[in-house]
Amino acid sequence: MTIAQIVFLVISATTLVASILVVTSRKMVHAALWLVLSLGGVAVLFVLLQASFLAVVQVVIYIGAIAILIIFAVMLTRRMMYDTGSPINRYWWAGALAAVLLFAGLVVMLGQIPSITTQASALPIPEGELLSLLGTALVDVNGYMLPFEVASVLLLAALIGSLVVARPMERKTEEGDKR
Amino acid sequence: MIPLSWYLIVAAAMFCIGIYGVLARKNAVGILMGIELMLAAVILNLVAFWRYLTPARISGQAFAVIVFAVAASEAAVGLALIISIYRRRSTVVADEIDILKW
Repeated sequence: MTIAQIVFLVISATTLVASILVVTSRKMVHAALWLVLSLGGVAVLFVLLQASFLAVVQVVIYIGAIAILIIFAVMLTRRMMYDTGSPINRYWWAGALAAVLLFAGLVVMLGQIPSITTQASALPIPEGELLSLLGTALVDVNGYMLPFEVASVLLLAALIGSLVVARPMERKTEEGDKR
Repeated sequence: MIPLSWYLIVAAAMFCIGIYGVLARKNAVGILMGIELMLAAVILNLVAFWRYLTPARISGQAFAVIVFAVAASEAAVGLALIISIYRRRSTVVADEIDILKW
């Protein structure tokens, strides 16, 4: 067993334990903090996969933006954290059953694909700077320019949409009527 | 070297944990956390396939970047909806948000 394998096992075990705690913690703030640890573990797995740019993006977007946004949402809806009793609904067993069945199915399916089970080592990374390759591909007309532009429009629409949705309720005042 | 199947199994386990969170959580913010776990597992899968099967083509990473953008917009819109519902009904429990139910 090589050092890379040991690192992988430790990191993935941490990630999975943190993921389980995300879905089982009673307090939502604790769940959000476990989510940070879990997503950080995924970032380390990206480093092991030699996708350094995606690891940085994972830390900046997932941990820096999404997890912080979730913590803000938990704190804005704080009153509901304690007085609801159990954090899981009465059909939790069905959810657990679905998750276990899906996992078993995926593992069985993975075992039957020969290119996955025999692919023991990664192919060599091509020569040249990966990051500039990715950057060129994202703005290349023959590459991924259209999905990239669509993604930026989607982000803008999501930004404006969430501003509109989360706007405070209009009060029945003169000012509100004029608007 | 780490086999490809290890990454895929970790990603599958993370995805299934996320599914459990989505199906079993009462709190709507908890449901969103489950969705984030599922999306992170999907990105891990994409990057693992890129690294092991087609590292010469950059498509796997480009795909992962697009999924990142979708995940960010999903979190923003979802949390905005939750905060809006909380303002109007003072609850974030998914069972109690039943205006459209009859």
